[in-house]
Amino acid sequence: MRLMNSKPSRSMRLALNLLPFVILLVIYTLASDARLLENPSDKLLPAWSSFYDAMQRMAFEPSKRTGEYLLWADSAASLQRLLLGVGISALIGLVVGVVNGMLPLIRATFSPLITAISLIPPMAILPILFIVFGLGELSKVMLIIIGICPILIRDLQLRTQTLPSEQLLKAQTLGANSWQIMIRVVLPQVLPPLLSAVRLTLGSAWLFLIAGEAIAATEGLGYRIFLIRRYLAMDVILPYVIWIAILAFVMDTLLRLLSKHAFPWYHGKRGSE
Amino acid sequence: MADTIINIKQVWKEYGNQVVLEKLNLSVQTGEFVSIVGASGCGKTTLLNMLLGTESPSRGSILLDGEPMPTEPNATRGIVFQKYSAFPHLNALENVMLGGEFAASPFLGKVFFKQRKKLQEKALEMLVAVGLGDAATRFPNELSGGMQQRLAIAQALIKEPRILLLDEPFGALDPGIRKDMHQLIRELWKKRGLTVFMITHDLSEGFSLGSRVWVLDKPRIDPQQPERYGAQIVYDIALNTDQVIPKSLQSIINKTAQD
Repeated sequence: MRLMNSKPSRSMRLALNLLPFVILLVIYTLASDARLLENPSDKLLPAWSSFYDAMQRMAFEPSKRTGEYLLWADSAASLQRLLLGVGISALIGLVVGVVNGMLPLIRATFSPLITAISLIPPMAILPILFIVFGLGELSKVMLIIIGICPILIRDLQLRTQTLPSEQLLKAQTLGANSWQIMIRVVLPQVLPPLLSAVRLTLGSAWLFLIAGEAIAATEGLGYRIFLIRRYLAMDVILPYVIWIAILAFVMDTLLRLLSKHAFPWYHGKRGSE
Repeated sequence: MADTIINIKQVWKEYGNQVVLEKLNLSVQTGEFVSIVGASGCGKTTLLNMLLGTESPSRGSILLDGEPMPTEPNATRGIVFQKYSAFPHLNALENVMLGGEFAASPFLGKVFFKQRKKLQEKALEMLVAVGLGDAATRFPNELSGGMQQRLAIAQALIKEPRILLLDEPFGALDPGIRKDMHQLIRELWKKRGLTVFMITHDLSEGFSLGSRVWVLDKPRIDPQQPERYGAQIVYDIALNTDQVIPKSLQSIINKTAQD
């Protein structure tokens, strides 16, 4: 049989899914053991027990300095910034994208501006944000918004413009005005694409969040990683990185499930020709 | 005698140098069923768009009930396209209710409670009339091609438009389903006293459904400048019950087969 035609069975697929992870873990364990054998105080590749101790300390013992459970405090701070940034961006993206996509007069006015803004690297204006909004929460949330909003706006605008013109004409022959068409025809149809656009931009949102925290913050996942980098504390950094990956994965999955449950018509078989 | 609903007077349609339609002089009585046939690219859709109001004539005028045609689509003229007429995010019943909701609720475009009940009943009646009574809660992507077109028709008729525009409504359907749809549209046309304009590239469909057939073609062609002359209505045939398709027509339509 040709290679392209052989498909794994269910259990085989699961095994294949897990295989690379297992290999990575084995390689790590071997490498870590080898280094620790040579130098028991090596910090680069800590043993599994060090990870356990570090996480025990970060997650389940109050910090000696502040009395907080650091992992959870960091997570809460980071998630709050991220959700605020992404949520506000999604709202702006939806409103501006739909209005831009639907109304040629507005599009002619704002589209070039949005394109121009989207070409500015957000990290380049981070200093401006710190100057204008101070070092507090606002500047970090603003960084996320400036980073992902243009992408969301442009995607939603495109989605709005690619709705079949037949639908918009039909709605007009049903006696609808522009506003009614916007809220009853266009808006519900661009919500599922909004969710997938948000899923795609979550990666960038995390990037901007951690960059912002690394530079100016007093708590947060990104802040912590950059803080303890000074002590080469790989036993904390690595679990933190994995924890961030898990959080990102959970958010992505939640958005996917939300879209599937809230918009079954979007995920069913598309149009029978 | 029925009164004139559409009056097309000396209409030309040009895009820059290209003449698409020329010298159209037609008047249509209330209750006529006009089939528009012609080769592809000869301006059938342009003519329909002018009746819909998305395009306006370059010269001449189109009168609706003696008044100039509105320059936007509105509820006097319903339309059914070949596809994408139904809204994918609403189920069949909601699709049909939408017209009523737009009228009843200018701000939300959505009605509730008693008013909703009333619209639901009316919409369900309409769905039953087009044979979709059992599919009220299904979404358009769960309906077959023929059912989607039935839905699109129900959706248009709920506004009780006086004119119904059909843009190759059955072009994507299987022959058997097409027959059923013909019967449905003929029934609705007779029962509701609609004035129908239907574009089709199926000549026999045009003749069997319509009470009048317009054949669009270019009678003059300048080989050096093909865009110089536009298409005209070369035949305007009022149909009695039994009429054989004239042989000469077929050659005009055969150009359609090239698409």
